[in-house]
Amino acid sequence: MNAADTAWMLVSTALVLLMTPALGFFYGGLVRSKNALNTLMMSISALGFVCLAWVVLGYSLAFGPGTPWLGGVSRAFLQGVGLEPQGTIPHLLFMAYQATFAIITAALVSGAIVERMRFSAYLAFITLWSLLVYSPIAHWVWGGGWLGGMGALDFAGGTVVHINAGVAALVAALILGPRKDYARQAILPHNVPFTLLGAGLLWFGWFGFNGGSALAANSSAALAFVNTMLAPAATLCVWTLLDLRRTGKATAVGAATAIVVGLVAVTPAAGFVSPMSAIVLGGVSALPSYFALLWRARTRLDDSLDVVAAHGLGGTMGALLTGILAQKSWNGTADGLLFGNPKQFLIQALAVAVTIVFSGVLTAGLLKLLSFVVPLKVATREEGLGLDVSQHGEEAYARDEGAILILSEFTAESPAPVGVLAGSLKPEGGRA
Amino acid sequence: MKLVVAIVRPDKLNDVLEALFRAEVRGLTITRVQGHGGEMDRVETYRGTTVKMELSEKVRLEIGVSDHFVEPTVGAILAAGRTGTVGDGKIFVLPVEKVYRIRTGEQDQAAVTPVEEVLPA
Repeated sequence: MNAADTAWMLVSTALVLLMTPALGFFYGGLVRSKNALNTLMMSISALGFVCLAWVVLGYSLAFGPGTPWLGGVSRAFLQGVGLEPQGTIPHLLFMAYQATFAIITAALVSGAIVERMRFSAYLAFITLWSLLVYSPIAHWVWGGGWLGGMGALDFAGGTVVHINAGVAALVAALILGPRKDYARQAILPHNVPFTLLGAGLLWFGWFGFNGGSALAANSSAALAFVNTMLAPAATLCVWTLLDLRRTGKATAVGAATAIVVGLVAVTPAAGFVSPMSAIVLGGVSALPSYFALLWRARTRLDDSLDVVAAHGLGGTMGALLTGILAQKSWNGTADGLLFGNPKQFLIQALAVAVTIVFSGVLTAGLLKLLSFVVPLKVATREEGLGLDVSQHGEEAYARDEGAILILSEFTAESPAPVGVLAGSLKPEGGRA
Repeated sequence: MKLVVAIVRPDKLNDVLEALFRAEVRGLTITRVQGHGGEMDRVETYRGTTVKMELSEKVRLEIGVSDHFVEPTVGAILAAGRTGTVGDGKIFVLPVEKVYRIRTGEQDQAAVTPVEEVLPA
């Protein structure tokens, strides 16, 4: 057990947990104001539901002893997960750190189905998804499973988190179908500053996501940490130049997106490539995502907040480029294609392909099954009204004009103004 | 000349605008308003406070038209603004005494007839 490692992992766990509300703000700013709370709640509720699913069963399936395909159930309800060392940190802390990854991965999927999914169906979906889809893939790569055993390099979750979420998002968007207004009217972001705030906080939290994935306060963590700063910087520059070239204007939503794409791309590579390689990786990864976003908006695929382009493609670029740019002199583990080990690239490509197929098939199966039990989508009328009111009975930007108090524990003794105001508007109050 | 005042659902506004432009009604003003009609109240809860929201978000359109344009204007709004549930809104047609176009001082009929803007070369 090492005190410095434990301290860094405690901080990293908190940093990664912050990424989920940050994602809520990133997504929440991009939707219309009538759906702002619903979109934020999709992230916030993952903090509860996926976290508990992880503790009850998910951790055991991912990291419990088992076969190369799946961990067993011996760690269910945290049996045998105590303060004994796991590596150089307490086992319990390792479990909590990994929990924050499961939470954000499930929340990432929500970007594809905003402004139309019934909230109760969403809760059931992400809870079950984290167990049936996330945990097995996490086991394969990190939990002693077959992909990790083959030597697939995924430092902080390019396959497990981002490709997985991107593919699940694609499938979910296809199964739910588009929003009623999609491709019929302009659907604009209602609060771009929220989106920039979310992107900034995501970057901050990502230092724990990548830096913490070394599971120690060591040189590997330092490399991952610095690469987490450099790659998104390069993506941001390339994206801005592409924006300027295409429209003559550098957009703020574009900048926020670029930061996320760069962070996604460097995730699998963070502790495996040199800082200069990270810059190349970040810059190159801007291209496919940039053009995919432009193309997607002209199709019938309502992946509303472009999870496929940002996370699916960004993760794929990162995972493949890791197989090209990995450098043993920096990571001590393996070289990539460019440094004389072409086999690594093939292993990376296999890990990407397997993740795409498994996540796609299981997510489709889960949503189809769920659709027999509960309707997945809200009624068209509720979509028009907005999901804040129809799913949560709240408004993000409520105004108190015309709000009539009908019940309050604290003002129950003074109902007089209620009657006066209500009477002036209600039909039985004399209105013809 | 008439002033057509229409109160419509915000989420139907784009459909209404599209129908109006298709009917060649191009001069209009819109305002975001709140109002109360026969719609059911929405109940919202913020911690221990439960409220009935008696006012709903609506959009108010004001369109000054010459007499023979009243029917196409009203027809476009009726067709495009309708969902069939309570709360679709109202259309009022009011007589107008006088209209001036500020730029030219033109009056009445001439003032409500749109002109194509000629961009300076």
